[in-house]
Amino acid sequence: MTATDRPGPPLWLLAELTYRCPLHCAFCYNPVDFARTSADDELDTEAWLRVLNEARVLGSVQCGFSGGEPLVRDDLEVLVAEAHRLGYYTNLLTSGVGLTEDRAEALKRAGLDHIQLSFQDTTKELNDFLSHTRTFDLKQKVAHTIKANGWPMVMNCVIHRLNIDHIGQIIEMAVALGAEYLELANNQYYSWALLNRDQLLPSREQLERAERITNEYRAKLGDKLRIFFVVPDYYETRPKKCMNGWGNVFLTVTPDGTALPCHTAKMLPGLSFPNVRETSVGEIWYDSEGFNRYRGDGWMSDTCKTCPDKEKDLGGCRCQAFMLAGDAAAPDPVCDKSPAHQVVLDAVARAQRPGAVSTAPLVFRDPKASRQIAP
Amino acid sequence: MSIDTPTLASRFRMQWEEAQQAWVLLYPEGMVKLNASAAEILKRCDGTRDVPALVADLETAFDTTGLEPDVRAFLDMARQQQWITEA
Repeated sequence: MTATDRPGPPLWLLAELTYRCPLHCAFCYNPVDFARTSADDELDTEAWLRVLNEARVLGSVQCGFSGGEPLVRDDLEVLVAEAHRLGYYTNLLTSGVGLTEDRAEALKRAGLDHIQLSFQDTTKELNDFLSHTRTFDLKQKVAHTIKANGWPMVMNCVIHRLNIDHIGQIIEMAVALGAEYLELANNQYYSWALLNRDQLLPSREQLERAERITNEYRAKLGDKLRIFFVVPDYYETRPKKCMNGWGNVFLTVTPDGTALPCHTAKMLPGLSFPNVRETSVGEIWYDSEGFNRYRGDGWMSDTCKTCPDKEKDLGGCRCQAFMLAGDAAAPDPVCDKSPAHQVVLDAVARAQRPGAVSTAPLVFRDPKASRQIAP
Repeated sequence: MSIDTPTLASRFRMQWEEAQQAWVLLYPEGMVKLNASAAEILKRCDGTRDVPALVADLETAFDTTGLEPDVRAFLDMARQQQWITEA
């Protein structure tokens, strides 16, 4: 890299504090081999404090505490307090399990700026089925705690074939709970969701109906609730600008301290990613092989290099290219110029069949399943 | 509907970012990088002055006149973005 294309700062720091989670969502983006990282392998408080300090010096300003379920960590309040002191805008991404009123108050005192609460669905039965635990009543209680502490609330609901037809109820619930933002995040097919893709990918008709209903609510609700509808990329002909560019703004630190340009990048073969235990965040961001590998366009295939949309999407997602085309440097197969685009078309074609597309049971994210898949 | 006495909305935080050499607005999972004039206007949206006073303050600070149309246009946009609200 020359000095002129030196990347900007890692504006977004995602601290994945733990893979431990009381939920078992079938669409989880944690790696399928997450069970290889045990609680003993997790970074300790001191190491996280150092990461927060080093990243802030580089210019990180948004900090997300995520997981797994970050509330499992009993030092969360300490980490939030330090992030707040350093000037980060602090976000907690949680399922809500473990957010008692006492902990909410402690987090408020620590300076937590915002909580994003995830929901699976408005229908209790379906919610419990998809997250494989009985947590829905609790989430409603937690939403009230969030509002009572004066936090802005983003509700996040992962949308897929099994809940997309409830989109109207989901929006109604966000309004009723006082959310300021609602992310209707169409499932992206990585990790656990890829295992369950046939069961989770909606049909085109389902998707169009959901978008139409969402737009009707946007018109009706105006400024009261900001709704983000993330289109599933399988239905696009050009890929997404994944992570807004590899090593461009996002820095993820996984529970064991591995630093990644995105939370699924660890799957890419032949690429070594540094660990914050041994390497400073500055060296990781600017000098490591893993972060420099897909910056710029030197790595691109001719299909991408000569494409007029190159700057718009930067060739799409490296993980998706690896998963679907077997080559992390290939064009993202979502792109209709990709030689492997048929893989996406086939999955989409299967999704148009009515009813349940697959008779295979959903694979739920839990340590036992993880150990079976990746012993 | 225009705004009389603007103040920064509670869900936004404005701060100077050394690494970006810019003022930014921070909000849940997002950031807006402000240019210098936007920052000068928003710094003065603290609920203590109405728009004419805000304009007068800017014109004094920068020793100029005729800023009102630009300031009002910016405040309209900022209100639409929900950055500011009526004090």
